[in-house]
Amino acid sequence: MSDIKIKITDRDGVLHEVDAPTDMNMNLMEVVRSYELAPEGTIGICGGMAMCASCQCYVKSDHELPEKSDDEDAMLAEAFFVEENSRLGCQIHMTENLDGLEVELAPEEG
Amino acid sequence: MIKTDILIIGAGPTGLFAVFEAGLLQLKCHLIDALPQPGGQCAEIYPKKPIYDIPGFPEVLAGELVDNLMEQIKPFQPGFTLGERAETIEKLEDDTFLVTTNKGTKHNAPIVAIAGGLGSFEPRKPQLENLTQFEDRGVAYMIKEPEVYRNKKVVIAGGGDSALDWSIFLANIATEVTLVHRRNEFRGALDSVEKVQELKNQGKISLITPAEVIDLQGKEKLEKVIVRKTDDSKEIDLEVDNFIPLFGLSPKLGPIADWGLEIEKNAIKVDNTLDYQTNIPGIYAIGDVNTYPGKLKLILCGFHEATLMCQSAYQRIHPDKKYVMKYTTVGGVTGFDGSKKEAPKAVVKSIE
Repeated sequence: MSDIKIKITDRDGVLHEVDAPTDMNMNLMEVVRSYELAPEGTIGICGGMAMCASCQCYVKSDHELPEKSDDEDAMLAEAFFVEENSRLGCQIHMTENLDGLEVELAPEEG
Repeated sequence: MIKTDILIIGAGPTGLFAVFEAGLLQLKCHLIDALPQPGGQCAEIYPKKPIYDIPGFPEVLAGELVDNLMEQIKPFQPGFTLGERAETIEKLEDDTFLVTTNKGTKHNAPIVAIAGGLGSFEPRKPQLENLTQFEDRGVAYMIKEPEVYRNKKVVIAGGGDSALDWSIFLANIATEVTLVHRRNEFRGALDSVEKVQELKNQGKISLITPAEVIDLQGKEKLEKVIVRKTDDSKEIDLEVDNFIPLFGLSPKLGPIADWGLEIEKNAIKVDNTLDYQTNIPGIYAIGDVNTYPGKLKLILCGFHEATLMCQSAYQRIHPDKKYVMKYTTVGGVTGFDGSKKEAPKAVVKSIE
């Protein structure tokens, strides 16, 4: 069990390189919150149930990610600012094969 | 005017449990919630999902938890103002509060407990530059009065149940109904999806997918909606009277943010060393809506906060009365409805 490195660009365009544990059952949304890279109340609103899009991010690196569940896919169909590489951070679990992952947080919905 | 002892804003699990704790102290409660049913997120967003960290319940569905809480507080006869959002608060001369909803319902109480969770659920608005300019001038986010759309040309956007259901409903009222969605697939009850397919085949609903509304045009009121197909980027101009984006609901702190309360991290700051009171004496904030050092947004923490809040509220309402907390096992539960629950008494009787 080891930490992995993840590059996260916040909503102000600032790049952060952070260590994410792989042994705490954490997802990307929770990693962002643990480092306070987005204000509380603006990310992870539904708690990680793929029922809001407040943790939407754009995946910049070509890591192999778990496939989208129907819930995530449906949520992204209704979200705003969606791009080809959009994912919900809460659905991306921190595993060792994601070492070096690069993501950018999508803008906050108005 | 509705009068009560504790006015609770938000009928989620924390607000509901506060009714019980208040009832043990003989205080009456009334709850306001913007949603049409009690239960908050548990009832609206995830009623069928399990929760595993309610003490004493190895597993309970969110909807069941709400049902249980409603059962538990029934003896204390709480009042409800549902489907209305608390809009303004005013402090009256006698030191009580007057809270008015968006529909004008007035509530008066010496204590206000905000248990608003993430806030009230409001329609998600699409990101269109001049959207607000056309609000009530052709653009609406919910359908209140379907007759408004009689003999009108209507564009609905969205891919969920409400977009499907309203398209079906308005197909018989409006002259033209166009449904625009980002995907070819719709997410909704099978019946609704099939019905839209049928109405499309009959020419009663036009479907544009995958596509997005990208611009609104008009002078005094909405006249035109520009739709772009996402597959071939072709733009379609639609002459319309109404545009109804139906993209679901998202929680907003809303008017509470303007009540003069100290806000931090989109939550209301409270005194966690004592009673979860806000910077305004007599107004408390409990559950997910508050924040303090070490705050955890858990239902079980909300229950604790509600309990301490009620003790403090009691002392505010009855500053001269002496009181100590009583265990329900010892004191039982006496409802305002005359019901009484108590532990069975042991008998003293010799066995011959």
